[in-house]
Amino acid sequence: MIQNVNVDIEKVGIADMKLVKPPQYIRTSGLGSCVGVVIYDSERRIAGLAHVMLPESSLAKTSEFNPAKYADTAVQELVSRLVNKGAKQGTLKAKIAGGAQMFQFSTGNDLMRIGPRNVDAVKKELIRFNVRLISEDVGGNSGRTIEFNPTNGVLFIKTVNKGTIEI
Amino acid sequence: MTFMSQFTSIHLDILKEIGNIGSGNAATALSKLLNKKIEMRVPNVKIVSFDEMMEMAGGAENVVASVFLRIEGEIPGSMFFVLPLRQATHFIQQMIGDINFSFEEPPYNEIALSAFQELGNILSGSYLTALSDFTDLSLYPSVPALGIDMVGAIISFGLIEHSQVSDYAIVIDTSLNEEGSTDSERVKGHFFLLPDPSSFQILFDALGVAKT
Repeated sequence: MIQNVNVDIEKVGIADMKLVKPPQYIRTSGLGSCVGVVIYDSERRIAGLAHVMLPESSLAKTSEFNPAKYADTAVQELVSRLVNKGAKQGTLKAKIAGGAQMFQFSTGNDLMRIGPRNVDAVKKELIRFNVRLISEDVGGNSGRTIEFNPTNGVLFIKTVNKGTIEI
Repeated sequence: MTFMSQFTSIHLDILKEIGNIGSGNAATALSKLLNKKIEMRVPNVKIVSFDEMMEMAGGAENVVASVFLRIEGEIPGSMFFVLPLRQATHFIQQMIGDINFSFEEPPYNEIALSAFQELGNILSGSYLTALSDFTDLSLYPSVPALGIDMVGAIISFGLIEHSQVSDYAIVIDTSLNEEGSTDSERVKGHFFLLPDPSSFQILFDALGVAKT
């Protein structure tokens, strides 16, 4: 990850989603309480990544909103875009990372534990759309940068001061 | 009408003045604490996308030292004091008188962490006291929380309230520098004040400005 400058990397911003095919990689940076959801079809070698901020679209206070922001709408949208591009529903797999509790407050409201709630919501949606969760690196209290290689389905996770792991 | 389109340039100017008063006090406090002159830029008030907000703080993946406070009371919101690791190290070395200390590598010295938290507390406290006096609104800051991590991971936490109403945030940003720092050293310390979306109306009402 990171060191390989020759690789073309698609970057996904906060509350954003994109799809990639090899040889491109896909990355999102600075996940805190947000969750990075990678959904991919390993046979057809196509992958999508969403940077989810909030658990449910019912939290939206406006009628129009960005689907990538919420766990429920992001998973649905990602699955439908992948299927549109030729991925086969039912064979889709997922890897997720993020959902940390960055700050601890004793008096916080429910939004203060948004990280674990995001993780739970994403998992629930993956089950709803019959996407198999292969591996995860969630919780804790550190930020993460993640990068996915659709060629072999490896997800790299970089954490500050803790190096890079592969899941 | 979207949430952001209701703000005119007059509103943004008022927010800028709020940032000016608050951070002016904070800069004075920092100057006294370090016994050095501190330069402050005119505050920047911007309506930015979440990604732009990360860029303002140095980029989503950049590692910073930060103090975060949740503000409760009449105008709830979030406040961040963000420093690049090098500058945080520099400030804390002066505060605790230990030139060997560094934020670049853990494990961090407990005294240094405590000093940094206190630095954030004093600065945010003076910022918010000024804001409270000026608007005659009551503000109750939480105990400051310390975070040394990626900008994206830290700042996104303060965007949760905003993210429920739009994909943009109004940020009042002030940068601080130690006087005499060269351009290469001019790594900025930032104050970010992020009032919750519901707070703007109360803020403008308190100052006698009608919202459009």
